[in-house]
Amino acid sequence: MTEDLSEDLSQKLRQLRDAGLAPPVLDSIKRRMRKLERPVNLMEVCGTHTVAISRAGLRQILPPGLRLLSGPGCPVCVTDQQDIDTVIELAKEPGMVLTTFGDMMRVPGSDSALQSEKAAGRDIRVVYSPLDALKVARDLPDRTVMFYAVGFETTVPMVAATLEMAEKQGLSNFWVFSVHKTIPAALEALIHMEGARIDGFILPGHVSTIIGANAYKPVLQGKVPAMVTGFEPLDILRAVDLLLAQLVEGRAEVEIEYTRAVTEEGNPTAQQLMAEFFEPSDPRWRGLGIIPGSGLMLRERHFRHDACRRYDLAAVRSRLPAPNKLMAACSCGEVLKGALLPGDCKLFGRACTPAQPVGPCMVSSEGACAAYYMYERHRQQGG
Amino acid sequence: MEPRILLAHGGGGGASHRLIQEVFYRYLGNDILLQGNDAAVFDVVPGKLAMTTDCFVVQPIFFRGGDIGKLAVCGTVNDLAVSGARPLYLSLGLIIEEGLPVELLEKVVASIAAACLEAGVKIVTGDTKVVEKGKADQLFINTTGLGIIPESVRVGGEMARPGDLVLINGNIGEHGLAVMSERAGINWETPILSDCAALHGLIAEAMEAGAVHCLRDPTRGGLATTLNEISRQSHVGIILEENAIPVSGAVRGASEMLGFDPLYLANEGKVVVIAPPASAKAILERMRRHPLGKDSAIIGEAVAEHPGLVALKTAFGGERLLDMLEGEMLPRIC
Ligand code: SF4
Repeated sequence: MTEDLSEDLSQKLRQLRDAGLAPPVLDSIKRRMRKLERPVNLMEVCGTHTVAISRAGLRQILPPGLRLLSGPGCPVCVTDQQDIDTVIELAKEPGMVLTTFGDMMRVPGSDSALQSEKAAGRDIRVVYSPLDALKVARDLPDRTVMFYAVGFETTVPMVAATLEMAEKQGLSNFWVFSVHKTIPAALEALIHMEGARIDGFILPGHVSTIIGANAYKPVLQGKVPAMVTGFEPLDILRAVDLLLAQLVEGRAEVEIEYTRAVTEEGNPTAQQLMAEFFEPSDPRWRGLGIIPGSGLMLRERHFRHDACRRYDLAAVRSRLPAPNKLMAACSCGEVLKGALLPGDCKLFGRACTPAQPVGPCMVSSEGACAAYYMYERHRQQGG
Repeated sequence: MEPRILLAHGGGGGASHRLIQEVFYRYLGNDILLQGNDAAVFDVVPGKLAMTTDCFVVQPIFFRGGDIGKLAVCGTVNDLAVSGARPLYLSLGLIIEEGLPVELLEKVVASIAAACLEAGVKIVTGDTKVVEKGKADQLFINTTGLGIIPESVRVGGEMARPGDLVLINGNIGEHGLAVMSERAGINWETPILSDCAALHGLIAEAMEAGAVHCLRDPTRGGLATTLNEISRQSHVGIILEENAIPVSGAVRGASEMLGFDPLYLANEGKVVVIAPPASAKAILERMRRHPLGKDSAIIGEAVAEHPGLVALKTAFGGERLLDMLEGEMLPRIC
């Protein structure tokens, strides 16, 4: 690694972070808002965008009447409570080695959390990639190694590639518990939800590199303006401006601001890999309920690695603890729909903080509550 | 001397004696140390005494811009200096891993001697222990420092007031990145050097130039953590201007590549000065004339709003909170 490389990279990023380029975009945003003469709600679907917006302080420089709402694009946050409790219960199965991404360790279950189970002696391991989980399975042939697969289309291809490898290597002790979800179906559900007031979508960048802008068209084209957007502050400002342009012109199209990474078609290799191993399912989302076709489960022919088929989930669920009172007061579901801002939750910053989260939106660094707590809570003190 | 440190060098016998004579006395000898008694004895100067102690476990022990010895002197000298004290005496405790080449130890002790000379302090007492191979990592150092605070001086983390201005004496993030890069074996084309330096001279000049409320060295946890501590202690809010905070291009680029935020990276030669607006300008000018303060800048102010919290005015004109980090960003950097 040389400084050349870092200079080059930082130069490119610097151009996008160059706050000096923001004023003309902001002026244009203001002009369009004046033309529209009404409040506008734009939803940033993806948690990475929420963090970028909070970090750059973009909310305060946008004209009044233009609101950015956080959406259901943080995979940890949208995981249903029953799934969380089920996995905690599965961790207690004899011989089980549960592997998962770090954030899931801290997500509160109704009466436990994976990190508490680990402390109590269950074999639960944090991995950085499903491939690490596969390695655990190879090293411990006598154990059941289950990967708790949480994520959107961004992470699914990697899990599919891992499954492919497991089959090649004939590893019969590697299992995947898939709570994977897909973004376009969730957006469709959101716009049809009662009281939805979303005038435009800032669409995720990473997910879109895989599925391409075309994947949103059946759902959004002609209904709600949408913009696939990069992660730098200037990307986001430009996307806001382009979405307002659509509103002014009365269009509702799926467009790409993030052209340096995203195409209309996406990544066909990754899509094929996903389709080989997964098929659509009808999962329950936190706050959004059951959304048909918005999940991904293992195809039947790969049942040898499907933890959902290996265990009698109905029996496991019958053992689950009753919902807990504090958690019932968590408004994550409303936050994920853009119906509430994190600060509107009674528990925000009081009973619920990143050190002691009540809901998953406060656990994941990409969760809306965590982002508001981390970057914007000083404004909620009345300061 | 043997080429490597043996357990016997810490045993109190002949080998220990040789090590003391040939390494420690040779480099660090002064009137008080050479008294050779169980405790150093010296006269007390009028004023308030300030005392501080710090352990150093940095790995690697040599890095660009410094080494564990220089760090052990500067770190403790700076802790005294930011308390408003004139640093006078240090103790030096070493825990050495068996097998350390004596040549390396000598290099470290020579560096300690050079740093003491520069800081105008004396090592007046010390101790050495040797532990079996694998029970320590080359060399750990503890230094304790004594200094005198003149009667007239009163600074402290609890003294910031709304309206006060926040100053820093130059580019942030260099020490943390220098050590981290060394450890990861990354050679930046423009090397990033640790800023490790004794700040007592600069601080004395700043205090001479005008009234100062708080002084603190933003070491572990960086500028963001230090200002959070001060805002809590003083019950004030602090607002920083992102554009005003000095960061070198090399540190900015490297941080971006490695995913660090310079605001949270450790410094070993930086001091945050918080001063009332009436004196801040004069202090800034004086700091800029000092070799360790050429890039000094006013980077923010204390406010009555959001007491205990630090906010950053971003380059985009928005504002966000600059929180304390949970956990450690980089281990063993000092
Ligand atoms: S602040 Fe906590 S309890 Fe409230 S919605 Fe967010 S995660 Fe749930």
